[in-house]
Amino acid sequence: MAGEGGIFDIIGPVMVGPSSSHTAGAVRLGSMARNIFGMKPEKVEILLHGSFASTGVGHGTDRALAAGLLGWRPDDARLVRSLETAREMGVNIIFKSTDLGDAHPNTVLLCLKKGKRYLEIQGSSIGGGKILITRINEFNVELSGAHATLVISHQDRPGAVATVTEILGGHNVNISSMRVSRESRGAKAMMLIEMDELPPYSVAEEIRSSLVVEDALLLQPLTSMGV
Amino acid sequence: MGKITSVEGLVLEAEKGNKKIAQVVIEQQSHELGVTVEDIWQDFAGKWQVMKDSLNEGMVGEIKSASGLVGGDAHQLAQSAQQGKTVFGLPFSLLIARAMAVAEVNAGMGRIVAAPTAGSCGVLPSVIFTVGEQLNAPEETLVEALLTAAGIGLVIAHRATLSGAEGGCQAEVGSAAAMAAAAGVEITGGSPRQAAAAAALALKNLLGLVCDPVAGLVEVPCVKRNAGGASVAAMAIELAIAGVTSTIPVDEVIDAMQDIGRALPCSLRETAEGGLAVTPTALNIQSKLHKS
Repeated sequence: MAGEGGIFDIIGPVMVGPSSSHTAGAVRLGSMARNIFGMKPEKVEILLHGSFASTGVGHGTDRALAAGLLGWRPDDARLVRSLETAREMGVNIIFKSTDLGDAHPNTVLLCLKKGKRYLEIQGSSIGGGKILITRINEFNVELSGAHATLVISHQDRPGAVATVTEILGGHNVNISSMRVSRESRGAKAMMLIEMDELPPYSVAEEIRSSLVVEDALLLQPLTSMGV
Repeated sequence: MGKITSVEGLVLEAEKGNKKIAQVVIEQQSHELGVTVEDIWQDFAGKWQVMKDSLNEGMVGEIKSASGLVGGDAHQLAQSAQQGKTVFGLPFSLLIARAMAVAEVNAGMGRIVAAPTAGSCGVLPSVIFTVGEQLNAPEETLVEALLTAAGIGLVIAHRATLSGAEGGCQAEVGSAAAMAAAAGVEITGGSPRQAAAAAALALKNLLGLVCDPVAGLVEVPCVKRNAGGASVAAMAIELAIAGVTSTIPVDEVIDAMQDIGRALPCSLRETAEGGLAVTPTALNIQSKLHKS
């Protein structure tokens, strides 16, 4: 069901307590990391910064992040047992405190591993359960998770952007924002595309087959609506 | 109507169409958010069910928060009042017990509805449930009341803030009490103008309330401030349905709350660096928790 903002944010979200920023927001940060990783990780190192490090345990921030990594929602009553469940499912989660400089007080850096696959993702819980992903691997980003989003890691080359926008246009999907970053000319690059509507899941496959990509992932919007 | 930016705007629109504030809110939001009235109703009916579940869980259960600082007080109060130990009568005792019950469930990592925040989640369920029980009101009237509350909350979010980190506890428990007071008046069949007056009367009494959580946790004094918010809302409902008005109109009270929030030092806005959070007892609790 669609519907972000307005009265749904005033009465809501439905969530497991005790804190919208330290608990509900933390679940969403974990979910985003899991979704961008694209599969169940074997090992996750979680570095907590600022208030997340100092009052995180009392707010269940550790369990909330683990719940998100398992793909659970902020209102999932199993949240209190997420650390045990993660262990049972073979996801090894390690928590550490860190200092990420002048980052937002509620910030976390998640390092996800499975075999050779490795992902670093940094994000903040900015209030009321809202989040902002600020870094994916070496790329600085600004991702709220409120929109359907395509995350594409690819080789920088002329025409790459046009190829992707053409595929989306073909599905009648409107782009609301787009960000392209790269390490250097011709090197590794990343495209982040936020869209007004959720395209069919086949677009990720289409992009993979028509571009030299390391990966193309389609993320569903996080929403505060529904119980 | 256009965007909801004032309670006065809601009242005028309701009076014009001979409607409840709840009806104006659901119609305007349906239009603004592009969601059907039925979808909004379903979402709110679902949230009301979660609110009732959390209320019941807190009243019967023996809850303890992770830190062990809060839990079990709602149950104790309800038991005691039901055995006749009450000065102001059972409904009042149950009102404040219910507010604490939901807040305790939140502190114990149970499932709640942030209304408007997790820290202030007990006020609205307790007031709507208790007014409904006293008047034997049908369930639909209580879901409607939740919409009335949401309308007041929208205005506060627009003109001020609902976040303790920005505006102190007045923005959380104060806003919840104002929302609950207006909701309660609409359950009684009071007029939109009386509902607006109730919101003003409640918020006025909680202006300046700071956010000073012990050890930075949503436990002390948050749980008992939910009881305070519910009792202030009850007071405002009684005044408003008697026809008593607020000299300062509700929108101006909300603006005053925003000014006060801006004037509050950072130490009194959810940082746990002032107020109750730095009392000797609180500091003692904090150092014990950090050791364990």
